[in-house]
Amino acid sequence: MELAEQVLAGNRRALARLISFVEDDDLAARDALALLYPHTGRAHVVGVTGAPGTGKSTLVNVLAKTLRGRDLTVGVVAVDPTSPFTGGALLGDRVRMRDLAGDPGVFIRSMASRGSLGGLALATGAVVQVLDAAGFDVVLVETVGVGQAEVDIARTAHTTIVIEAPGLGDEVQALKAGLMEIADILVVNKADRPEAARTARALEVTLGLGWGHADNGAWRPLVLKTVALDGTGVPELMDALFSHRAYLQESGLLRQRERERVRGDLMHLLERDLVARLIARVGEPALDDWVRRIVEREADLYAAVQALLEA
Amino acid sequence: MSKRLRILVAKPGLDGHDRGAKVVARALRDAGMEVIYTGLRQTPEMIVEAALQEDVDGVGLSILSGAHMTLVPRVLQGLRDAGLDRVGVFVGGIVPDEDVPVLKEQGVAAIFGPGASTDVIVETVRQVLGEA
Ligand SMILES: Nc1nc2c(ncn2[C@@H]2O[C@H](COP(=O)(O)OP(=O)(O)OP(=O)(O)O)[C@@H](O)[C@H]2O)c(=O)[nH]1
Ligand SMILES: [Mg+2]
Repeated sequence: MELAEQVLAGNRRALARLISFVEDDDLAARDALALLYPHTGRAHVVGVTGAPGTGKSTLVNVLAKTLRGRDLTVGVVAVDPTSPFTGGALLGDRVRMRDLAGDPGVFIRSMASRGSLGGLALATGAVVQVLDAAGFDVVLVETVGVGQAEVDIARTAHTTIVIEAPGLGDEVQALKAGLMEIADILVVNKADRPEAARTARALEVTLGLGWGHADNGAWRPLVLKTVALDGTGVPELMDALFSHRAYLQESGLLRQRERERVRGDLMHLLERDLVARLIARVGEPALDDWVRRIVEREADLYAAVQALLEA
Repeated sequence: MSKRLRILVAKPGLDGHDRGAKVVARALRDAGMEVIYTGLRQTPEMIVEAALQEDVDGVGLSILSGAHMTLVPRVLQGLRDAGLDRVGVFVGGIVPDEDVPVLKEQGVAAIFGPGASTDVIVETVRQVLGEA
């Protein structure tokens, strides 16, 4: 049986193998992804992002447990950074997810960012698709705790949860403008700490400034407090998650965002393949020759592009 | 470019500290591997499940409790039952000489005593898992 068929049949080992092929951009993955594609589009994808140590993994653990309690199956993708020097990575998010062990309705995969700087690995989107096709109702994606996580996760997830923790210095400053903009739900985790209320108020004030014109039916990011360690506030977070899902569906945003994402991916792949095709046609030596001529001031960039396109 | 090695480092059993496991995990990372670290008090079932989900090439078990003769065979059997026969299993910790051949007979690829240098561990893991 094809790997993709085994995945659709619920074979977890096949699922794990396929994810590796996708990560390695193996040719086997392309065929499988094509076969799985018609089965995607059902899962709700939730991004969990925030600074290192704010409690992302702990919150993913308790979120997954709560979702299981509502009879929803959960796939988890947890991304940690690859060392730019050695190519190695220490993936430690599972340490906080031990409560999920032994549950056939949960599948957890750790992923190294492999040189991508956006908080996710290049292949994270495709891995999410595989989990979606495999039938998981919700896919939780934990980003790397550093870097410019905002763009990547906002494109990949339907709902983005941004986590803040009290006592990490100046709260409002810690919450970068970019993170504010992508947050559908803001969570002040570690609410067992005394400064949590102050952090939550500061965030509300900041949000109030930015979203003061939100009377047009647009989604107003919610600020919630949680204690991921014992689950306090998690039912409210769950309700917010479902409200946001409903909002996306009713407003038509779910479709619109998907169209934007697909268009972006399509353009990206077209560009990549067109460039590869062009280079294959003119050959590397011709390219090098143009580079030399431009450096020698015998030609300029625009003339080179024109000539190469017409070659 | 060869495929990057993925290794699960786990601490089965009830004994309380994972300093050694963390040192080894970091050494393997610094050698360019992707190391999935699972933390303390893992049951053999949890280890097998994680190895399957993470599609690892190898599993490193750190055992200081003296329970290696019960824990290691259960991990090996679990891996076989899950169809993960090709996953290399390494054991680190205090294993008496007489237990070494028994565990190797059962399928453990290599055993490292408390004095083993991380260089030796990294080299052995590389060799066993077939990466130059
Ligand atoms: N007091 C308190 N501690 C918490 C809470 N949630 C998480 N922690 C602790 O915060 C620390 C970091 O938690 P993680 O879940 O690993 O944080 P993370 O954001 O996933 O960290 P990285 O993946 O390394 O960026 C751990 O020691 C947790 O036990 C909470 O609600 N209250
Ligand atoms: Mg984490």
